[in-house]
Amino acid sequence: MSRLSFSYYPGCSQTGSAEEFGDSTLAVCKALGIELEELPDWSCCGASSAHMTNDLLSVALPGRDLAMAKKIGKDMLVVCAACYSRMKVAQKRILEDEALARQVESAAQADPRFTGEIRHLLDVLVNDVGMPEIKRWLRTNLAGLKAVPYYGCLLVRPPEVCCCDSVENPTELDRFLDALGVEVRPWSYKTDCCGGSLSLSRTDVVEKLVNNLFTRAEEAGANCIVTACPMCTANLEMRQQPGKFSFKVPHKMPVLYFTELLGLAMGLDGADAWFKSHLINPMPLLKELDLTA
Amino acid sequence: MINTINRRLEKDLEERTGQKVRACYQCKKCSAGCPVAFAMDLVPHEVMKMVQYGQEERLLRSSTIWLCASCETCSTRCPNEIDIAGVMDGLRQMALEKDERLGEPEIGLFHKSFLGGIKYTGKTNEPVLIGAYKAMSRRLFDDLGLGAVMVAKRKIKVFPRVVKDRKAVKRIFDETSKGGCQ
Repeated sequence: MSRLSFSYYPGCSQTGSAEEFGDSTLAVCKALGIELEELPDWSCCGASSAHMTNDLLSVALPGRDLAMAKKIGKDMLVVCAACYSRMKVAQKRILEDEALARQVESAAQADPRFTGEIRHLLDVLVNDVGMPEIKRWLRTNLAGLKAVPYYGCLLVRPPEVCCCDSVENPTELDRFLDALGVEVRPWSYKTDCCGGSLSLSRTDVVEKLVNNLFTRAEEAGANCIVTACPMCTANLEMRQQPGKFSFKVPHKMPVLYFTELLGLAMGLDGADAWFKSHLINPMPLLKELDLTA
Repeated sequence: MINTINRRLEKDLEERTGQKVRACYQCKKCSAGCPVAFAMDLVPHEVMKMVQYGQEERLLRSSTIWLCASCETCSTRCPNEIDIAGVMDGLRQMALEKDERLGEPEIGLFHKSFLGGIKYTGKTNEPVLIGAYKAMSRRLFDDLGLGAVMVAKRKIKVFPRVVKDRKAVKRIFDETSKGGCQ
């Protein structure tokens, strides 16, 4: 394997509510020898709220980060599906529309015309490192885990900028999990929306979407859901049931990041800490399967 | 309902979003696949038709433009290659610029809280976002149980993360603030 080296955009969630995603990303990259150089002083991509309400802002916010990536000069790695989508869309628009690029340059006070590639870690692992190479690093077979791969929206859409092999039936995460020894359960909800952007404002709508996903995952015979998006995970873990003063989780099915499972399969230190920070505790399942002490 | 009609609506939207809504021939694929259609007052293919008819007022005051979760399922399936989610973005932005009474005021407040937090810290901080949203929407007592669990699991951090160059981020907001939810 040739040396992989990227500039790295962590994204807000990975240093906050989805720290286990950020930590497991750093741990598996380090173990696999993928060099990451964090963008200095990166800022938020603006996520859905920016593109829904102010078009120029939705390009200018990622534009500031793209300018930093341009200075570093390497391809850029992103793990949050939402950040990934915003960065890719902003890059495409900046490079295709010089008038817009000038506006962004004036707002960000830096040249945002980053021409390197923006990559998602799942894409890098499956297509650059390759599953045969990753298999060489595995210490634990994750047999017993039955997962439904949940891609969500922003890893696959819009297909002009995203990395998956199919917009309706992507298979990267399936192949990845299969190589780790996880039994991949077939289901039709791989790319269905969880309603992430409505999580705080219209919880009633989100609860309906989230409960449907859990029910379908149960029907598919899964014992966990695997994601590549901190918004999906947060929504699935938080929004099963309304409650002002109590927090209840009727579906106890754990929701895990693909990086956490890779770390677990590679026998990396710290995996327990990632799993313990989930709102739906995966430890009972992992203990039952003898995957953790 | 008596309605004012904006004959330029379709053109205005095209200038803003690059999308040609006139290409819609009402196959209804967008509405069939929309995960949020069950909660909408106008389903997506109706929005397309009303854009063609110039029904600006009803569109800009609808719940639909705010309920759209931007999952882009419609955009990828449209046989006429209309980025329907992009049209929804355009309609939302028009509603804000015209200072319309929003069909879903709480969703508007969420975006305002979200972007307000970025404007002053450069990053999204869960306690800042949740606090601002609760204060503005007056839903102070929602999710207290969840909040306690999140603090216990250290998903909500005490100290907000802040960019070093706050001026640069604020400048981006100032330079792009001709409308929007800021």
